Amino acid sequence: MILATIMMALREIRRNTLRSILTMLGVVIGVGAVIALVSVGRGATAKVTEDIGKLGKNLLTVSAGTFSRGGGGMGVSAPPLRIDDANAIRRDILGVDAVAAAAASSAQVVFGNSNQRTSVTGSDNSFFEVRGYSIDKGRLFSRAETQSGAAACIIGATIRTNLYQSRDPIGTTLRVGTIACQVVGLLASKGQAGMGQDQDDLVVLPMRAVQRRITGNDNIQSIFVAAREGEGTGVVAERIRGLLRQRRHRAEGVDDDFTIRDMAEIAATVTGASTALTALLGAIAAVSLVVGGIGIMNIMLVSVTERTREIGIRLAIGAFGSEVMMQFLLEAIVLSTLGGVIGICLGLAGSYFAANALSLPFVLAPDIVALSFVFSALVGVVFGYLPARKAANLDPIEALRHE
Amino acid sequence: MSESRPLIELSQVYKRYGEGESEVRALDGIDLRIDRGEFVAIMGSSGSGKSTCMNILGCLDRPTEGEYHLADVAVTHLPGDGLTMLRRHYIGFVFQGFNLLARTSALENVELPLVYRRVPRAEREERAMRALTLVGLEDRVDHAPSQLSGGQQQRVAIARALVTEPEILMADEPTGNLDSARTEEVMKLLQQLNRERGITIVMVTHEPDVAAFAKRSLVFRDGRILSDQLQGAHA
Repeated sequence: MILATIMMALREIRRNTLRSILTMLGVVIGVGAVIALVSVGRGATAKVTEDIGKLGKNLLTVSAGTFSRGGGGMGVSAPPLRIDDANAIRRDILGVDAVAAAAASSAQVVFGNSNQRTSVTGSDNSFFEVRGYSIDKGRLFSRAETQSGAAACIIGATIRTNLYQSRDPIGTTLRVGTIACQVVGLLASKGQAGMGQDQDDLVVLPMRAVQRRITGNDNIQSIFVAAREGEGTGVVAERIRGLLRQRRHRAEGVDDDFTIRDMAEIAATVTGASTALTALLGAIAAVSLVVGGIGIMNIMLVSVTERTREIGIRLAIGAFGSEVMMQFLLEAIVLSTLGGVIGICLGLAGSYFAANALSLPFVLAPDIVALSFVFSALVGVVFGYLPARKAANLDPIEALRHE
Repeated sequence: MSESRPLIELSQVYKRYGEGESEVRALDGIDLRIDRGEFVAIMGSSGSGKSTCMNILGCLDRPTEGEYHLADVAVTHLPGDGLTMLRRHYIGFVFQGFNLLARTSALENVELPLVYRRVPRAEREERAMRALTLVGLEDRVDHAPSQLSGGQQQRVAIARALVTEPEILMADEPTGNLDSARTEEVMKLLQQLNRERGITIVMVTHEPDVAAFAKRSLVFRDGRILSDQLQGAHA
């Protein structure tokens, strides 16, 4: 019986093809918009999370000074970090995989006729491990190079592209600031991090080389700490904070004079914001779904008036009011569900193209697809109810007389 | 089912529209018994109450006052769905207009009552075909009403009324749109259904020629029965 009624509804919809399509359009657009916006939103979230992940997994970055809002800037009065601080963290903190101290500066790098300004990092091999770089060509620093602060360097993919074009950089001599450096390794490209920062635009030298010949002091600018997988970065950060406060003699109640940035925390914050935005966009799109439902109700009411005689005939020849009601309700549900299915297809296609155009990953959101489907069917039930009840309550004699 | 009551029994049935000064008595105290197997013609001028009586007999409407028993069921106080059940089980309708579904084939129109009786599709089609053959439209099953002449449309409507093999056939001016040859054919068909299958037929008409096919004829005037007489069945 339900099947027969659905067939009847489908035939009725086919009979008024253009009107049915226009009626469905509201739901199509509503569902399509929800799917497209949520998919693109999730794609953006995934992209941001991935980018932050590229900076290094479970990465904590310690630097001297604080990001004060008061305009004092960073590290104005705070004593710099020292190599001993990094060693203390490596030695005394539980849940740490690797620690890399880095002396950072920037310098002009020159090879042949080409030159550019880039960031220069002085560290050791653990820097690559902590920051998630891998060697594409050549090798890491040797123990001797690290210890003596030899003029050896490992370059990022951007330096290679800019200065060497297609030439092999390994074994060549690159001038970094005033030092003539032998290029011993080339890093594999990591691509852009979030906020458009190029992570391949760097040159890494042994720390002592940078301290002695570029920065001219034995300060270090950052300590990179890789927290052990499974160990909460927050917990590890708290331990480091305690240690550094002690080492730097910060009294109880006095603010930190150093900063620990927790990538996982930043990632969670950004992802949270992005998810909230996606939900907001989805909710706005859902409003148009309701508008689409009202469109269906409108047309169904017109349809009931138009088909009053038909309803009279059906009632006279033995249809229950409830069966007539079911027929009109099913018509509304079929219309809205069909609109929902078309909307889902268009929404997925739209978000696929949008994802490509915005170079975001295409994320299929099965929960939203299912939810949209159910919701569009529900729109049919809710907005089909009133017209269907109107049809069911018609008096057969009156209805048969209707012209 | 008790044999003590006739199939149809009206006692002191009134149907009133409006109130006070503007009250209209469409039926003004009707007493009527129709037994199984009768073929009754109801005649009268327009406004005589014959259509109102028909609507009440066909369970499309309820009396304002008085008792109506159909097959031992007290109709007067039945809820709407009860009326529908009675229509479903006992009554087939042929309306004054054609009242076919537009843009729907003759076959599907005839099948419609069976859809609501939950008859399976294959049987539905077969029975609808049989009914259409009975009214001589077996070669027009796929035509929509707009592709059929008035007479053919009315025959589709008769097939639709017959397809459920009802105990009672209610016909409101069934031959109003048929030429005389078809009128005679249809009336003979109704006679045959009445005689051979025992279907009780109640027919409203204003043509004495058509009424002559019935076994009994009632004449209505001003909401009352003016005359009620048995007549020799037409040859």
